Amino acid sequence: MSQVGIRSQGVYIPMLRLALGAISGGRKASGGSGERSVAYFDEDAVTMAVAAGTNCLEGIERSTVDGLLFASTSYPYREKQGASLIAKALDLRRDVFTADFCDTTRAGTIALRAALDAVRAGSLQQVLVIASDARPAPPRSPLERNFGDAAVAFLIAREEVAADFAIHVCLADEIRDIWRTEHDRFVRSWEERFVVEHGYGDNLRDAISRCLQRSGLQTSELDKVAVYSPDARSHLGVLRRFGFESNRIQDPLFGRVGNCGAALAPLLLAAALEEARPGQRILWANYGDGADAFLVQTQEPVTGLVRRRGVAWHLARRKEFSDYDRFLAFRDLYPSDADRRGGQGVSATVHFRDRNEDISFHGQRCRRCGTEQFPFQRVCFQCFARDDFEEVRLSDRQGKVMSFTFDYFAGSPDPPLIVTTIEAQGGARVYLQMTDASPNEVKLDLPVEFTFRKIHEYGGTPNYFWKCTPVRNPL
Amino acid sequence: MNPEAIRDKVAIVGMGCCKFGENWDKSPEDMIVEAAFEAYEDAGIDEPQKVIEAVFCGAVYPSKGTAEVADALKLFGRPVSMVQNYCATGTDALRFGAFAVACGMYDTVMVVGFDKPKDRGVSGPSAVTTGVRGLPMTPAGWFALCAARYFETYKASREDLARIAVKNHHNGTLAPKSMIKKEITVEDVLKAPIISWPFGLYDCCAQSDGAAVAILTRRELARSFRDDYVLIRAITIALGPNPQADPSFDFLRWKPTVYAAQDAYKQAGIRNPRKEIHVAQVHDCFTLTELLTYEDLGFAEKGSAKEHIASGTFELGGELPVNTDGGLKSFGHPTGATGVRMLYENYKQLQGKAGPRQVKNATVALSHNLGGAPQTCGIAIVTMP
Repeated sequence: MSQVGIRSQGVYIPMLRLALGAISGGRKASGGSGERSVAYFDEDAVTMAVAAGTNCLEGIERSTVDGLLFASTSYPYREKQGASLIAKALDLRRDVFTADFCDTTRAGTIALRAALDAVRAGSLQQVLVIASDARPAPPRSPLERNFGDAAVAFLIAREEVAADFAIHVCLADEIRDIWRTEHDRFVRSWEERFVVEHGYGDNLRDAISRCLQRSGLQTSELDKVAVYSPDARSHLGVLRRFGFESNRIQDPLFGRVGNCGAALAPLLLAAALEEARPGQRILWANYGDGADAFLVQTQEPVTGLVRRRGVAWHLARRKEFSDYDRFLAFRDLYPSDADRRGGQGVSATVHFRDRNEDISFHGQRCRRCGTEQFPFQRVCFQCFARDDFEEVRLSDRQGKVMSFTFDYFAGSPDPPLIVTTIEAQGGARVYLQMTDASPNEVKLDLPVEFTFRKIHEYGGTPNYFWKCTPVRNPL
Repeated sequence: MNPEAIRDKVAIVGMGCCKFGENWDKSPEDMIVEAAFEAYEDAGIDEPQKVIEAVFCGAVYPSKGTAEVADALKLFGRPVSMVQNYCATGTDALRFGAFAVACGMYDTVMVVGFDKPKDRGVSGPSAVTTGVRGLPMTPAGWFALCAARYFETYKASREDLARIAVKNHHNGTLAPKSMIKKEITVEDVLKAPIISWPFGLYDCCAQSDGAAVAILTRRELARSFRDDYVLIRAITIALGPNPQADPSFDFLRWKPTVYAAQDAYKQAGIRNPRKEIHVAQVHDCFTLTELLTYEDLGFAEKGSAKEHIASGTFELGGELPVNTDGGLKSFGHPTGATGVRMLYENYKQLQGKAGPRQVKNATVALSHNLGGAPQTCGIAIVTMP
């Protein structure tokens, strides 16, 4: 198979869902019924990207990945690359090519196009493209009801391709419809009707027309159309004019996930591929300061593309809440005693020394007695051998709860903090916080898995480490 | 190692302890002077500048270090040193003082344990921030680590812990220098707000300011100070692995106490601790710490603590009274002072000067500290000659 395309995909939608009614203060306001996904207080674009990437790389040897492109409009740092941090958390090889794509909701498709080009040119072999967004919206605004948080990862390769990209069209446009300057805390937008008609509508129509024209296909020859939409309806107006009926239009998931920015178009393609059969044609388009359109063709391996946790799994794994104050606390928008930004911060040199443990989540195995341990030791706990260890990756293993406590005193935005000692498969004991869980589910020997999260924000920067979370089977 | 090297060689001839509490109106120097001058008077020392030849200090939150003690007492021109060993700091300072006398270099030395945590502007211990991992985290969270597994294995509960708090609150009402003098009920303990499960407010000790002082001399010189001196029979410190990382940990005991007890009993020649020890002050930073300590020190079989709690073995008037002065729970816990404060209570008990808390016919007493995550334990056993 010489075609270059998607070999594997991974999805991550945070577990929490906020009822849209809670945002409008219980009033039946515009935005209507339904819910949106909400990144927990310890999640951001980076942690969600790591989760989607982990999902995508399940069963794939990580040393075969030689590129990572990260797309986001809400990455927390202004200067400091996200892709290199995510590559470290995913335990990719040292000579991995990394780049960030940002500033537009189109970042995910632009990154994917770049990955296709690099693999086709032969300069890279397998490139992981991850789009992830948790965009900040003004409290109680229509944007806050509109947005959602999610991440999607695609592994672009030339072998075992499940979906290839026969045609791609990229258009650039200058329009100030959605923006956020260095000094804006929240996303801003111009009047909705202007945005939909001249920004979204004009660009998308143009990109789709060009894509169809170049393919020589009629709309009736396409099996599915998966298109970014700024809301629950606007895409229908554009697509129906091309003659697509509702049953061929991928649901953009408003009222369930929400507009997850750079991750929305990738999420819709992932959902379409999850349901697709081999030999189908999907028109995939995205919008943001221009538009992208792709003709996607599924191949035989598409049936194996659904990983353990796809879009359906994540839609089923949900925990509702309607406490708006709690939502504000997660976003650090609510005054509270919990000091999330105080202090002098964590020593950068300590972080530098600990990065294999803290970011890649490596423990070590004693070569003499086989005992696994965490964090790194110089002298073995068990046989006292000195410096005779090999590093082992714990992040993709499961574990079980050995001990726990619920700490109401530790200053969490969502108390109590669940603190555990976990025995990872292999025997290493790790002292970890538990997330996405409530105290009544915690018990001894509970199976857990590991998830990359913000552990605190001392010094005003997100400080990342791993947490544990109960293994869930919602389907 | 010679386990008998220190046995009965060093005598305690004077002790002092300031009132523990939120001593907003007192500086560390004020508390050190109060405790030291009580000890001078107790030992009959009129000219401390001539008698005290070396000073061993212990403090976890010192603002200036050794100078705080030297300046306060004007003890210059002689060694003043400071040790830190988490909550076992006071016991470790005593240990260095005892060795300095036993080796023959000094005749008479002073041990000063003190701390002033209430000048830090936080109520209770603060969440710890040193690196990325395991944060934020509190001492209550560390010491709660054994609770879930111990409860399930031995069918113990928060109620068993509550009885320990009730006992120590009661004992604290009988100690003139204790911080808290308030009787409580099991129901009060169970209904209090949770700090870190299973610990509610009353399961946690009272962090306080305080200072305590001991004056040590060679046994041969003890009688020149007083007749009812007390001898150091055994003193030790033992470290254990970080329980958060130890791959072989069973969450049913604290290893540092198990290790230190083995050594202390070997030094003292004790085979049956519940019979041979008559009164004990143990580290009750949290109620579960005291419960595990009963077993880890061999006062009770592993898993049987709750039966002894129910039957009153460790209450005043019980077979082996524990924390007769209210413990860390009620007397207070100025970290560096605590080991020396425990010695103060044992010293008074052996001398028969413990008032309404007096344990009858006590001639052997033990004190115990457990600190860190926890990783360190200090034990001192003292006796009448």
